[in-house]
Amino acid sequence: MTVAPTLDRTLTAVSTELAHGRGGGGPAPKRIVVAYGFWIFILSDMVMFSALFAAYAVLSSNHAGGPTGPELFNLRNVFISTMCLLLSSYTCGLGVLSAERREATHFLVFAILTFALGAAFLIIEANEFAGMVAKGAGPWRSAFLSSFFTLVGTHGVHVACGLVALVYLVAQVRAHGLQPAVLRRLLCWSLFWHALDIVWVGVFTLVYLMGGY
Amino acid sequence: MDNPERVLGDRTPGVEDHEPTASYLSYSVGLGLAIIATIASFIVAQTNLLWPPGIPVGLIVLALAQIGVHLVFFLHLGSGADSTNNILALAFGVLIVFLVIAGSVWIIANLNDNVMPMRQ
Repeated sequence: MTVAPTLDRTLTAVSTELAHGRGGGGPAPKRIVVAYGFWIFILSDMVMFSALFAAYAVLSSNHAGGPTGPELFNLRNVFISTMCLLLSSYTCGLGVLSAERREATHFLVFAILTFALGAAFLIIEANEFAGMVAKGAGPWRSAFLSSFFTLVGTHGVHVACGLVALVYLVAQVRAHGLQPAVLRRLLCWSLFWHALDIVWVGVFTLVYLMGGY
Repeated sequence: MDNPERVLGDRTPGVEDHEPTASYLSYSVGLGLAIIATIASFIVAQTNLLWPPGIPVGLIVLALAQIGVHLVFFLHLGSGADSTNNILALAFGVLIVFLVIAGSVWIIANLNDNVMPMRQ
């Protein structure tokens, strides 16, 4: 009932170039449209992760007589890798911000920091996996470990892909400069990177911290 | 919402002649809040600060809070006009994620209750 009048008022009260996204003022700028499309991709990725989370939640108590979570997880390392990923999300945001402000040097510094922190996260995770496999607690040991390696490993693969994409984007910035097309790709990449950190919040809460309950 | 200045201030980054709406400060605030939530999660999980049976609920609340911080301060989902479509898509995504996870847990818990006990 009240929707139409509200829309009308919004359209008339806001000058046209401000009314993007509510249908007024013509098509939205390309950056908005591109980011929206990429946002849909990220959400579909989240739906895929939700299936892996569901599998882990269902299977995590099936140890088949093998090691359990609290016996395997080192929360200190998990905390360090969590901080690495969080800080790399932060430097990624600052990097995109400096790119939008056309500060190429700042962008490069932040991109290198983001890469280093992301790589640190991956190295800690690879060490953890290697240590577990060495103890005979590989993905073949129990349903709990199969679902653990699938969920955490898929996230790790995403992070690795993100690092490759970051190198590719820095090369593009070096080759083409901070022009609009490159900035749009950077924006999409930053959405991807922040979304991976959101998935990791779910992983460390469900897998590592709630593992003992 | 009808004040043009407020609409401008709430805009997501992504406007053609963009003056970036985010700032170093907003990212730093987001980082601070996220670090607080992370540290709180690890403390709550490893101590008896919370009533022990309530710890899983506390952890879930902290995780949701941190996800909210990430969405607002890092992904810039706000009340601005340019965020409307993204918020709607997010709402749909959250619905699907909730159905998949809660539905699986519910159904399998039910099956576990009803299945014959295995001989160990």
